[in-house]
Amino acid sequence: MNELVFFINNVVISGLTIGSIYALGAVGITLIFSILRFAHFAHADLMTLGAFFAFFLTAMFPAVGPAVGLPTAFVMLPLAMVMTAVAAVYIDKGFYKPLRRHGVKPIVIVMASLGVTLMLQGLIRMFMGTSARSMYIDDRKGIHRIELPFELASRPIVLTDPQIIIIVLLVIIVIALHLFLNRTRLGKAMRAMSDNPDLARVSGINTDTVVKVTWVIAGSLAAIAGTMLSLDVSLKPDLSFHLLLPIFAAAIVGGVGHPYGALAGGFVIGFAETLSVFNWAVLLRPFRDYLWFDLPSTLAFVPSEYKITVPFFILLAILVWRPTGLFKGKVL
Amino acid sequence: MALFEATNVHGGYGGMNILNGVNMSLEANEIGVIVGPNGAGKSTMLKAIFGLLHVNEGSIQLRGESITNADPVELVKRKMAFVPQEKNIFPSLTVEENLEMGAFIRHDDFQPMLDKVYSFFPPLADKRKQPAGELSGGQRQMVAMGRALMTEPSLILLDEPTAGLSPLYMSEIFERIISINKAGVGVLMVEQHAKQALKIAHKGFVLVAGQNRFTDTGQNLINDPEVAKAFLGG
Repeated sequence: MNELVFFINNVVISGLTIGSIYALGAVGITLIFSILRFAHFAHADLMTLGAFFAFFLTAMFPAVGPAVGLPTAFVMLPLAMVMTAVAAVYIDKGFYKPLRRHGVKPIVIVMASLGVTLMLQGLIRMFMGTSARSMYIDDRKGIHRIELPFELASRPIVLTDPQIIIIVLLVIIVIALHLFLNRTRLGKAMRAMSDNPDLARVSGINTDTVVKVTWVIAGSLAAIAGTMLSLDVSLKPDLSFHLLLPIFAAAIVGGVGHPYGALAGGFVIGFAETLSVFNWAVLLRPFRDYLWFDLPSTLAFVPSEYKITVPFFILLAILVWRPTGLFKGKVL
Repeated sequence: MALFEATNVHGGYGGMNILNGVNMSLEANEIGVIVGPNGAGKSTMLKAIFGLLHVNEGSIQLRGESITNADPVELVKRKMAFVPQEKNIFPSLTVEENLEMGAFIRHDDFQPMLDKVYSFFPPLADKRKQPAGELSGGQRQMVAMGRALMTEPSLILLDEPTAGLSPLYMSEIFERIISINKAGVGVLMVEQHAKQALKIAHKGFVLVAGQNRFTDTGQNLINDPEVAKAFLGG
C-alpha cells in the first residue's frame, strides 16, 4: 500500500503538475505557429519572464499572500500575466512584425526568436543575478499530507499548494480556451486565420488584432506556467533551457497547430518523464521473493539527471512514426 | 454614376505588368463577366481590384470614389466582397462559422442575413454544423459565396465560381448567381465557361494579353462571329 502511495506521489501528482506546465507552454507554441507560421523559440523565456515578474511583484508586496492565505506569487499572478502579455505583444511588434512585413521566410523569424531568447536571458540575469531564488519571501510553501484510511498505508499522499493550484488552473484554462475558440467572434477568427490566412484577410478579419490576441493568450499562459513551476521548485534564470525541449516536444507530439493536441502532448511528455525516472524497485519490492533476479535498490529507466533526454527520444519517435502528431497537425 | 469603374489599369507582380490597360464599368445590379484565354490576366484583374496586387497605373473607382490599391479590409467595409477561385473556405470551421467570418466586420445582428444565405443555398441549411471541409465541391462554392454575401455587399467579385464542378452543379451555381444579382448585388466574375456565363451577363469583357479585346453586352458578344470563333469555340 505504501508502495502505491509512493507511486501516486512520484508519478501521478508529479506527472500532472509538470504535464500541466508543459501543456500551457505547448498551447502557446501551437497557437503562435498556427497564426504566424513560425516556431517561437523564445517561448520558454516568456515563461521565465512571467515567473520573474511574479517574483519581482512578490518581493515588492511580500505580505499580500499571508494576508489571504495563498502564496504571494499566486496572488500576484494576474498582474504578472498582464505584464508578460504586454511584453509578448511588444516583442512581436519590435522584432517579428518588421520581418513579417518584409515577407521573409519563416526560418528568419525563428532565428530572430533565438535572438530574443538570448536577449531575455541576459536581461533576466541582469536584474536578478544567476542564482536560484525562492518564490516564497514572507510565506512558506503549503504542504498537505492526506492520510489514507487504510491499515496498511502509513505514508500520506503529499500535495503542495502550487501543485493543487496548477492542476485546478489547467482545468479552468482548458474550459476557457475551448469556449473562447468555439464561441467568441475573435476565437473563431483565430481558427479561421489558422485555416486560411489569405481568406481571413479577404473576409475583412482584422488580422493585426488576431495576432495581438494570440500573443496575449500565449504570454499569459506562459506566465502562469513559469510562475507555478517556480513556486513548486525555485526560480532559476536558466529555467527556459529545461523547458524549451519538453514544450516543443509536447507541441509536436500533439500535432502542431492543434491546441487540444498540445494539451495532450504536455501530459504525454510530463508522464513520460516522471515514469522514466521513477524508481520501479519500490513497486516491485513486495514481490521480491517471486522475482527471478535480485532486486536492486534503484531501478529506473533513466537516471533523474538525464530526465531531459526523455522528451528528446519521444520527439524522435513521433517524428519517425507519426510526423503529424497524435492529433494530425500541420507538418513542420 | 457607375457602381464600379476601372480605367486603364496596369499592374502585376514585381516589376512585370500582367495588366496593360484594362477598362471596365458596371452599373448597379449588373452582372459583368470577364472571359479570355489562359494568362490573359482575368484573375489578376480581380486581385488588382481587391487590393491583393499592386496597381501601377490607372484608377479603380467604387461609386465615384477611388479604391485604387485600397486594403482588402477597407474594401469589405465599403461593401465589396471577393470569392477566390481556390481555398475559398475555412475547412475546419463549420458552415455557419464560415458565414459568421464573412460578417466579421459587422457588429449588428446578422441573423436575418444568415437566414437569407440559407434560403439562397438550401443545401447549406442542413449542414450548418458540419465542417465546411467535408462538403462537396459545389457546396463549398456555396459556402464561399455565402460567406461573401454576409456583409450585404453591393459588388461581389467571383473568380471562376464553377471551376472543377460538374455541368449539373455549374448550372445550379449560375442560377444562384442570377438570384443573388436579382436581390440587388452587382456581380463581376471571371469564367472559363465563357458561353454559358455570357448568357447571363449584362456586360462582357474579353481580355487578351492584359487588355480589353472586346467590350459589349453579353448577348452581343455571343452573337459576334469573331468573338464566337476565337473565344467561344465556334
